Amino acid sequence: MTDIIQKVKNLSIGFRSKKGEEILILKNITTNIKKGETVGIVGESGSGKSTLALAMMGYVKHGLYTIGGECQFNSSNLLKMKSKDLEKIRGRKIAMIPQNAGQALTPNLKIGYQIDEALQLHSDLDEREREKKISELLNKVRLPSPETIALRYPHELSGGQQQRVAVAMALAGTPDLLLLDEPTTGLDVTTQAHVLELLNFIAKDTGTSMVYVSHDLGAIAQVSDRIIVMYSGEIVLEGPSRDILKKPIHPYTHGLLKSIPKLSLAGLPESMPGSQPQPGTIQGGCSFFDRCNFSDDNCKNNSPKLEFLKDLNTSVRCFNYEKLVNENEVSQTVNKIKNKSLDKEILNLSEVSISYAKQKLLDQIFNRISDENPTVKDINIDIKKGETIALVGESGSGKSTILKSIAGLLRTKDGLIRFDEKRNLSSDLKGRDPNDLRIIQLIFQNPDESLNPNHTVEEIIAQPLKLYFGLKGEELKKNIIDLLQKVRLGEFYTSRYPRQLSGGEKQRVAVARAFAAKPDIILCDEVTSALDVSVQAAVLNLLQQLKEDFGTTYIFVSHDLAVVRAISDRVAVLYQGRLCEVGPSNDVYKFPSHPYTEVLLGAVLEPDPDIKPKLVAEDIVEERPPEKGCSFQGRCSRIVGDICKKEIPPWQLTDSGNAIRCHIPIKELQKQQF
Amino acid sequence: MLFLIIKRILLGFVTLFIVSIITFVGTEVLPGDACTTYLERQAFGEQLEACYRRLGLNVPAYERYVSWALNAIQGDFGYSLSGEMPIKDVLGPRIKNSLVLASAAIFIGIPIALILGIITALWRDKLPDVAISTVTIFAMTIPEFISATLLILIIAIWLEWLPGIVIVPTDVSFLELLPNIILPVVAIAMIMTAHMARMVRSSVIQVMASEYVQMAILKGVPYWKMVFKHVLPNALLPAINVVALTIAWLLGGVVVTEVVFNYPGLGRLVIESISNRDLPTVQALAIILASIYVSINLLADLLTLMLNPRLKTLQIRK
Repeated sequence: MTDIIQKVKNLSIGFRSKKGEEILILKNITTNIKKGETVGIVGESGSGKSTLALAMMGYVKHGLYTIGGECQFNSSNLLKMKSKDLEKIRGRKIAMIPQNAGQALTPNLKIGYQIDEALQLHSDLDEREREKKISELLNKVRLPSPETIALRYPHELSGGQQQRVAVAMALAGTPDLLLLDEPTTGLDVTTQAHVLELLNFIAKDTGTSMVYVSHDLGAIAQVSDRIIVMYSGEIVLEGPSRDILKKPIHPYTHGLLKSIPKLSLAGLPESMPGSQPQPGTIQGGCSFFDRCNFSDDNCKNNSPKLEFLKDLNTSVRCFNYEKLVNENEVSQTVNKIKNKSLDKEILNLSEVSISYAKQKLLDQIFNRISDENPTVKDINIDIKKGETIALVGESGSGKSTILKSIAGLLRTKDGLIRFDEKRNLSSDLKGRDPNDLRIIQLIFQNPDESLNPNHTVEEIIAQPLKLYFGLKGEELKKNIIDLLQKVRLGEFYTSRYPRQLSGGEKQRVAVARAFAAKPDIILCDEVTSALDVSVQAAVLNLLQQLKEDFGTTYIFVSHDLAVVRAISDRVAVLYQGRLCEVGPSNDVYKFPSHPYTEVLLGAVLEPDPDIKPKLVAEDIVEERPPEKGCSFQGRCSRIVGDICKKEIPPWQLTDSGNAIRCHIPIKELQKQQF
Repeated sequence: MLFLIIKRILLGFVTLFIVSIITFVGTEVLPGDACTTYLERQAFGEQLEACYRRLGLNVPAYERYVSWALNAIQGDFGYSLSGEMPIKDVLGPRIKNSLVLASAAIFIGIPIALILGIITALWRDKLPDVAISTVTIFAMTIPEFISATLLILIIAIWLEWLPGIVIVPTDVSFLELLPNIILPVVAIAMIMTAHMARMVRSSVIQVMASEYVQMAILKGVPYWKMVFKHVLPNALLPAINVVALTIAWLLGGVVVTEVVFNYPGLGRLVIESISNRDLPTVQALAIILASIYVSINLLADLLTLMLNPRLKTLQIRK
């Protein structure tokens, strides 16, 4: 067969543990990449997907080694090739687009040079032609004014621009195969949608084969013709994209798709138990056995082989796939959230402004903040007891900043934060008494950094109990175990250190610590962003369960709009530190009225090949909010004239109770959108 | 950028001003003064008064500070006590000698350190790394007074190749000085090179593990081109500050080594003037050493700023 571009045969890659055991990262992988097709490799962290992609370039990371098998490109094995010969293939025949372009561009070299380097190595063009080609490439990836971009250093570009430069660099060698390692992870939703659209365009335009590696089924769904699902170093499912996403016949993929929150569905999805096993801990039997709903004794003792089903054109590694073949499309059962949100106000922000500007000496002396155009401005929200309100927006929208100020970690410039209808909280941490601190607790994005690595789980949870309630001895112990059980962790976790826990378990400990203070309000800052998809739903369900038990109020910040949809009662949309729209989640998601909400929701990627993102506005990055007028004027596609540039738009109320800030009358807006 | 440089220079002067006050106050509050030390048991009555008048110690401290500082700015540090010669005449040849010693150590040590550091990093965990790392760690751990003494024992006493201690007049010419400085230079360079080689090694290893180096490999950039274009410029940038501190340390006189070899440099002068209670000289030395540290660190910072595109544009924008 000539249309196969890369042939991976029985590939095993692993490392040697300290005890001298051979531990496999990739187990006996066999697959082919055909000319012109885009293959998505999907899996959670630790599934071996990146190792596989790198092996396809003949690259094995320091510390790992090839145990067996080969990666064939043009019928020669890349893994046994001399580095001289590899240099001629890398960048010319097979090129890589890295996950984090900000880290992957050499900081001391200009953009132009880095692309030129690839051209020098992989083409015969002379200097003049190369210069032209650089402009062409930068144009192709839709970067504005290529000539000036080429003279910049990587750090002078935004994340989306850096990613585009990485794409341009990969295209410089006109490769036959492009490997993309999580190319859009870490970008804002709108930027991500634009980059994916660009990649789709390039695939069609150049006919390049692509291997797209990601944990994000939403992104994979948009680009791939075929999907390979990996689980602890093995291929568990491989087949045409649509079939995999619509009718997955492997229990892991099935469960995964069920546990991903969708924009169209309110309420929390079903969660999958447990987490992916660490490499080297599987004792035999199927690697997914522990978490599987369809398993039997056979799965426990024997490991299934990857079986090719001719009529479905799919390979599956499961004894019981037949149980799934006859099932209909993945039907998502959601647990509707039922919050007893009272009419009583618990927290009120009025006219809050926050500034990051460096203060002048005089202001420092008088302990005041002066900034004409602060990062966050005019925030008015009242939060009811027992509700979950979500703050959404792209990076730089000020959502985390507002959380910090509520917690007292960042001084506000103006405005009041009032608790429980009567007490104004000091904007300075020093001005808050212990009870003020107790009532508001934070859960952070990354439990690796928010849990002290030198404390055991017991010590971590004991801290708030000792600090706020002065508990000691037996009573303290009883409370700790109680809390651990509440977050579904057993008593034996008390003596563990954070490093001995999985990501999901760590975040549960962080949740337990927050609840230990018996707070009224918990601030959740991207609490599921660092977790694997299959673990995310379980943590969200836990959070929901706990708030129903305790009547806690959540202020939830997330960049993942589907997660926000699943858990929140109300949504506040922020752009450049200014509120655009506030309203009940159901209404905001069903009828996004504000032009920015429309852009934001349109860009969300769903794990469904039939739902394409709508790209309404350009993904320009604005450094700071505009001095005058509407905060969204720079990117708005519905601008009505000078008024948008000069006057701050008024609040308008829709029939369903959304408040939006726009100069266009609501009726008019809704007419334009539907 | 220009504003930044001016700001840094001004800050340097502030530092020097503070140092001068501290040393002045320090010598002031010590019991006894230059005259009592000088006159010893005759330090009373008429003679003491005369001495005070001669040295100008009979005026209030702040006035003395001002006149001392004004003179010091013009390079006049007054008279040393013991020899009764102008301090600047004492300092001149000493500075020159220390400069010779330091520059020899720098010109030999830094290139060797860079090369060793890069080799050990590129051949990490292989034979060249293991061999060189063993030697450098060994060289780092031996204190200079031991290595210096051993050098004297082996090279000077057993093999009789070079003079063991320096017994030449302070103001000897460069060529005559040369054979005398070989052993001290080796003793200093050993420890300095070892330290710097280790630093360069870890810095290069860190950059080699970075994503942009992996990207360069995956782009098909040949190995040595990658090393010179993508690795070294980024790895050696943080080394500049360490090199600067080392140079300042060397110029400030390597006290122990100078004493062991009886080398007439600034370091030995520090020891001598302290033990002679020659306070004017101590004051002058403190200021000079501080100026050396301040100016070399300033140079290093500016160099880093110029070479690091990230810092440069950051400053321009603000």
